Amino acid sequence: MNPHREQSARARCFIFGMLPFVKKTASILFIAGVITSAALPAALLSSFQQQAAPQPSGEGPIPGAVQVAPAQAPLGRAALSVAVLDPAHGGTDPGARGGGGIHESDLVLAFAGQIKDALEKQGLRVILTRTGNEDPSFDDRATQANSQRGGIFITLHVGSTGIPGTARVYTLPDNFAGAGAPSARGATGPGSTGTILPWDTAQATFLPLSRKLADAVQGELALQFKGSPNTALTASVRQLRAIAAPAIAIELSSVSVENRAEIDRMGPGVADAVARAVAAFKPVYDAAPGAGVTP
Amino acid sequence: MNPKWRNRLIVALAAVFLASAIYLPILRRRLKRAARAQTLSEEQARRELLQAALAAPGEPKVKARLFWASSEGESALAPVTIELPLSSDPVLRAKQVLNTLLAGPVDSDLRTLPQDSALLEFYLLPDGTGVADFSEAMGTSLPSGIDSEKLAIDSITRTLEANVPQVRRLKILIHGQEMDTLAGHVDLTGTFLVNPKALPVKLTPAATPGTLSQPSRKP
Repeated sequence: MNPHREQSARARCFIFGMLPFVKKTASILFIAGVITSAALPAALLSSFQQQAAPQPSGEGPIPGAVQVAPAQAPLGRAALSVAVLDPAHGGTDPGARGGGGIHESDLVLAFAGQIKDALEKQGLRVILTRTGNEDPSFDDRATQANSQRGGIFITLHVGSTGIPGTARVYTLPDNFAGAGAPSARGATGPGSTGTILPWDTAQATFLPLSRKLADAVQGELALQFKGSPNTALTASVRQLRAIAAPAIAIELSSVSVENRAEIDRMGPGVADAVARAVAAFKPVYDAAPGAGVTP
Repeated sequence: MNPKWRNRLIVALAAVFLASAIYLPILRRRLKRAARAQTLSEEQARRELLQAALAAPGEPKVKARLFWASSEGESALAPVTIELPLSSDPVLRAKQVLNTLLAGPVDSDLRTLPQDSALLEFYLLPDGTGVADFSEAMGTSLPSGIDSEKLAIDSITRTLEANVPQVRRLKILIHGQEMDTLAGHVDLTGTFLVNPKALPVKLTPAATPGTLSQPSRKP
């Protein structure tokens, strides 16, 4: 064979052999180009919008509203990892008072410590709204709770009435903000207000989860303390309304006992019951698709 | 002992046992009924004395249902029916039933509201919102606690619901002021639902459409 012809035949073979590879590379480059051209403007636009978005005045929260932590927003909420315990009253407000100088504010602080230890053993981070004899306002306590991601809120009380040695768990009723109140109308229904909730009725969107937590805790308390109800109750507890997380109130009976030791004895049982109930509630919380949505 | 007499004694004792087994429950029921009748008549006598100053002359007596604590269960309410000469005017009627509720039942253990508290005023807005203004003792003398405060509020709202159908919801003031809580726990910043299907309130001549947001104070 003519060496020239042989060379050109080899070259043709090489070129035709390379064709599939060239085609593949070209198509990959084409697809990459299309994706880049589509994504780049969107990324630039998003970055521009972030820079241009108006900030609330004073860089603080919008008055009368609570900005739900991003992790608590309906999409992509964090798993349950924090418990905010609220020993009620304190400072100049002793709460319910018994005959023998028993003060509700002292009792609940002791109970909070025991519950904290039990919850921390489960790997939860626990925050107390007060650790000494001070009296944060309802809103201060709510602010501490609302600044957490993936949290629950439990306010602790000891009442003046009820069968001594029993415990009741409360959530807010459906109509807690008053029928027809404008703020209540705005807050009810998931998605009606996005992630900005009216401060005074922030709890409205979390009521379904609060009820599940309350029933779990009440069930465990009923096992520990005979005479306690089997299911949770509802009451317009002031402390709960501005909490943007599953929130319950626990009330033990009562300061009317003659000897404080009688009610102190309830501490370990309450701590154990709460820890068990929170452990049972965690999968429910984690599986919930978003704030206020029944899983 | 002679076996004959012993047998007779056993038979007699068995007869006495049988008779008492039959008669004692009957006796217990009768005693309960008598005690209840006495309580009701005391209740009635007490109401008649208390209502003398409140009732408008010539008002017909109607059966009013008042809610005090139940004697059978903790943290529960039970209705007590009493004949009262209630006014047809909703504001006066609300005052009458709330004052009767404050006066309390014969058994003071079943009280839901403090003995030294008083109703200072009651207003009814055209939208059916009742505003009850109580004295300071309502907050300071009430046993503090979610359970006791809830029972107090429920006794007020259920008594209004049963006797004053015009009240749709209730706002509670303490000495003319809006308070955060009743006695440290139950929220007073909102209103309490009383009767969602409340009848429309008839406006008095003083309450013109321009003053809908103002309380229509009655004498």
